Amino acid sequence: MTVSRREFLRASGRGAACVGLGAAGTALALGRGAVAGELVWQIDPGKCVACGNCETHCVLQPSAVKWGHTHAMCGRCAFCFGYYDLRAGSAAHAGVEYQLCPTHAIERSYLGGPYFEYVIDEGACIGCGLCVKGCTSSGNGSLFLQVRHPRRGQRGAADGTCVNCNECAIARSCPSGAFVRVPADDPYPFGRQRGGGA
Amino acid sequence: MRNGLRRLGLALVSVLGAAATATATAQEPDKFRFPPPELGPDYRQPETAFPAVRELLPPLADAAVLALALGLAAFLVHRHRRRSALLALTIAGVAWFGWLREGCICPVGSLQNVAQATADPNAPILVATILFFVLPLAAALFTGRTFCSGVCPLGAIQELVLLRPLRLPHWLAAGLSVLPVVYLLLAVLFAATGAGYLICRYDPFVGLFRLSATTNMLVVGGSLLVIAVFVGRPYCRFLCPYSVLLDWASRLSTRTVTISPVGCATCRLCEDRCPYDAILVPNAAAVAKSRLRGRTALVLLLAATPLLVAGMAWAGTHLGPWLASAHPRVALAEQVEAEQQGRARETTDASDVFRASGEKIEALLADAEDRRGTMALGSGIAGACLGLWLGLRLVGLGLRRTRRDYTADPATCLACGRCYEWCPVELERRRTGRAPEVRG
Repeated sequence: MTVSRREFLRASGRGAACVGLGAAGTALALGRGAVAGELVWQIDPGKCVACGNCETHCVLQPSAVKWGHTHAMCGRCAFCFGYYDLRAGSAAHAGVEYQLCPTHAIERSYLGGPYFEYVIDEGACIGCGLCVKGCTSSGNGSLFLQVRHPRRGQRGAADGTCVNCNECAIARSCPSGAFVRVPADDPYPFGRQRGGGA
Repeated sequence: MRNGLRRLGLALVSVLGAAATATATAQEPDKFRFPPPELGPDYRQPETAFPAVRELLPPLADAAVLALALGLAAFLVHRHRRRSALLALTIAGVAWFGWLREGCICPVGSLQNVAQATADPNAPILVATILFFVLPLAAALFTGRTFCSGVCPLGAIQELVLLRPLRLPHWLAAGLSVLPVVYLLLAVLFAATGAGYLICRYDPFVGLFRLSATTNMLVVGGSLLVIAVFVGRPYCRFLCPYSVLLDWASRLSTRTVTISPVGCATCRLCEDRCPYDAILVPNAAAVAKSRLRGRTALVLLLAATPLLVAGMAWAGTHLGPWLASAHPRVALAEQVEAEQQGRARETTDASDVFRASGEKIEALLADAEDRRGTMALGSGIAGACLGLWLGLRLVGLGLRRTRRDYTADPATCLACGRCYEWCPVELERRRTGRAPEVRG
């Protein structure tokens, strides 16, 4: 059997490519950075400065970032810095025009005494972080931003939850490096540590 | 004005509340500015849930589906040989890999993860991502570019809208085919230096798969699709960085697309039908005439290649520091420097965070200088690669290889299967199961 020069060169090239691909793939799969499972994006509230990029830079409109609330940390203030604009003065019952949230995604209910409870309407939240900024800089810091991932029965984009882009567009623009990748089986480690859901 | 007032107010309150720390935790209630009230036994604190992420498929199963799809594509291209079946695969490719999986991670993008993990061993990379990178290339080494035929959702969506194919002038198609190489080199350079993932940033169709995207993405993707109605697969042929690797792998492949395995009637129906200019035409007469001239040209081109490599490497080295500004750390250093010298009108969020962090400015500037050096070196290497590719490409044009039949070019054929339905020899073979007499 004769093999033409061209055929021989092609076969050698193919062999080299196979060995190269296999070696590179194995080296990466056994390397320090290799992860067997899945990773998802999350925000480290300790680094987040609530700059507002989460609302504007997500590839989804509205953003997949929503607020989380550690109720155990919440002072349940009548004048909530995450709920009211400071222009409202200290009026605990200021009108709707003094609310910080541009989409009125914060539901406030009276608890008795000077106390109120604040709960998120996740469907309305656009992840702008105005409430988080107010609460962190002037209040107890019980509000924080979290990337919302699809739950059972949800699809990523269709339900406005994170589609896990290979390069997160918000992470790229995050001024404080607060975006990190966490294992998918524990997608809210920061919220869990603080005891506040997302 | 409104923002100014709010900032002023916030600053005042911050000063007043400075004794308390915003980072207090639930375990230290006395540290709160506003201690949580005692609300009695009847109060029920809202439940907080941490639901698991719903994945369409675990990552490795995802890679297994890709392997199955590649196997099916190879079977349809080489054995079954029907355009209709390949079209069905194309629709399934858009539905599964595009619409249901919503894009990430895809083999095209995965090359950046591989580049980054190669350059930085600490960068995390999923095993599934490695498989997404390797599997289509391995398939191309043995079956040609079957991945492109209907498995890749980016190619598949363009395949489906190609209704009025026009032929581009040869010089234009040849010129544009340099773009994927430039794009690949830039993408690898950016990923390896940590400056970001260009391919993902400028992915034209992922927004269409997710039915949600920024206006820019929709405009770019939409216009590319409109072009794709008239020009066959513009992204695959003139942009896709992964296509460069598939092209090389496919040149080495054991099997590539054969228009008909039993012979050619040189009727050129396939050439008319191919919307991707991927049919090599018989050239026996032309080669015989130009052999001598070709040899001279070949010698000249071989001599010119080292010059091309050196020139491009030089250009790349000088382009490097400018490219480095794309790295967030270098951009931050430039901003902080501009602020120091009073050139910046206002601070950015990133520079505010940097100043609050207490990190030394000198350290940041030194880090940026370091990264500029790395980028210059990297883009020099990228430039040399581009020069080498251009040289080899020109040498390839100079090589005259005699062809007597119409054949599918293994490098550029996207295995769409159109030529199968137009080749009279193939149709006869399909009908009778035998090779017809094509040469008297």
